[in-house]
Amino acid sequence: MRVRIKVNGTDHEHEVEPRTLLVHHLRETIGLTGTNVGCDTSSCGACTVHIDGESVKSCTVLAVQADGCEVTTIEGLATIAADGSPVLHPMQQAFMQCHGLQCGYCTPGMVMAATSLLAEHPHPTEADVRSGLEGNLCRCTGYHNIVAAVMACAAATGGAA
Amino acid sequence: MIPCAFDYLLASSAAEAISLVAQHGDEAKLLAGGHSLLPLMKLRLAQPSVLVDVGRLAELRYVRESGDHIAIGALTRHADLERSPVLAQHAPLLALAATHVGDPQVRHRGTIGGSIAHADPASDLPATTLALGATYVAQGPHGTREIPASEFFRGYLTSVLEPDEMLVEIRVPTMQGAGFSFQKFTRRAQDWGIVGVAAWVRGTQSGVALFNMGSTPVLATDVSAALADGASAADAAQLAAAQAEPPSDLSAGREYRTHLAKVLTQRALIEAGAR
Ligand SMILES: Cc1cc2nc3c(=O)[nH]c(=O)nc-3n(C[C@H](O)[C@H](O)[C@H](O)COP(=O)(O)OP(=O)(O)OC[C@H]3O[C@@H](n4cnc5c(N)ncnc54)[C@H](O)[C@@H]3O)c2cc1C
Ligand code: FES
Ligand code: FES
Repeated sequence: MRVRIKVNGTDHEHEVEPRTLLVHHLRETIGLTGTNVGCDTSSCGACTVHIDGESVKSCTVLAVQADGCEVTTIEGLATIAADGSPVLHPMQQAFMQCHGLQCGYCTPGMVMAATSLLAEHPHPTEADVRSGLEGNLCRCTGYHNIVAAVMACAAATGGAA
Repeated sequence: MIPCAFDYLLASSAAEAISLVAQHGDEAKLLAGGHSLLPLMKLRLAQPSVLVDVGRLAELRYVRESGDHIAIGALTRHADLERSPVLAQHAPLLALAATHVGDPQVRHRGTIGGSIAHADPASDLPATTLALGATYVAQGPHGTREIPASEFFRGYLTSVLEPDEMLVEIRVPTMQGAGFSFQKFTRRAQDWGIVGVAAWVRGTQSGVALFNMGSTPVLATDVSAALADGASAADAAQLAAAQAEPPSDLSAGREYRTHLAKVLTQRALIEAGAR
């Protein structure tokens, strides 16, 4: 089936098998390998991307279900400054500053879940952040600094991240 | 894990979806949010050869007032229920229950119709709509029929829906200011409840339903009858498991579930405002 998805602002049209999962389409067909596969059973959230602005687990969505949609992956968050240098998204900066990662495997999914969370709850409490990230597992950090990063980002952007 | 190969058909209306499913017989399945079906297909526990995608039927994605009840389109997502001002005002128990389903990513995709049609006794929305006395509207090749929630669930993952019927609407009576509570006991974040209770109380009337306490969600009418007779929350809650046949599994044994049902029901009744 022919599928057209706007990924990080660019249209991509491909012939896909209906059973192709969105995460594999992004990684293998489109070549965006920032989105990770952790569990492949809808549990860990490493594969989180946005469809039309909302976080989803791309291992549990068929590429054909995203036909005609806008998908944002971790590669789509940073912007390019006038001088051509990359500017990290405030959430990425906050993860760096607060040391919200160790091995980094969960990080793309965490950052995508966190940006979707702030879009829905611009001024979260710490408890909101913890429950808002319950679909994302991290085997390294113990979550403390991840939560701190999301709180810092919300404070830094006044909820506009 | 990748599902077995299948043909994918995008339906442009409920009627088209029903006729496509009828055309392909047992081999076809409706795909709504896919958050129960796709995990099963990845594990090869389900192997439909045709998927009829109804997930984009925007005309079945709504929450609106309709006289004495709230009408909810079957393709309304869990996140829509959470955010709905209509539910917040008229059926806040359902909005609260929706916040307990899985995690935000699951709630952005999963639908109320898919959750009810899937008929998992451990799920949050089948039991909650049962407690609220909901009616489900199913559309088939020969028209629509209304099915009371209390007659819908027939066994584990089994309902009275025919293979060529589709849930199109869920009708929830307005709660008219009833007190309510949703108690879900989980061991891990994001998980299904080991046992859960959805309850509302208004004067001598009440509705109490349990989840993961048998092969279907359980309406604890004994508890409501005791409350109506003037029993205290603590005494009524002792009857919580009387109509249930709780399973023993890796998460909990039968006795533990029976105990939990009583404890959670008591908490629910107290929070909902029963004496
Ligand atoms: C990680 C994870 C955690 C979860 N945690 C919870 C939880 O804590 N509590 C909970 O309640 N649920 C939980 N769920 C399940 C989730 O709520 C699902 O969204 C829901 O059970 C199914 O809805 P769906 O729209 O995704 O249906 P689908 O997966 O698309 O369909 C499910 C079944 O229903 C049929 N169907 C779908 N729509 C209709 C319709 N309108 N008419 C007739 N048949 C239809 C399909 O053919 C299929 O057989 C979880 C899911 C995941 C992946
Ligand atoms: S890889 Fe998708 S949730 Fe783990
Ligand atoms: S940083 Fe290693 S899994 Fe989260």
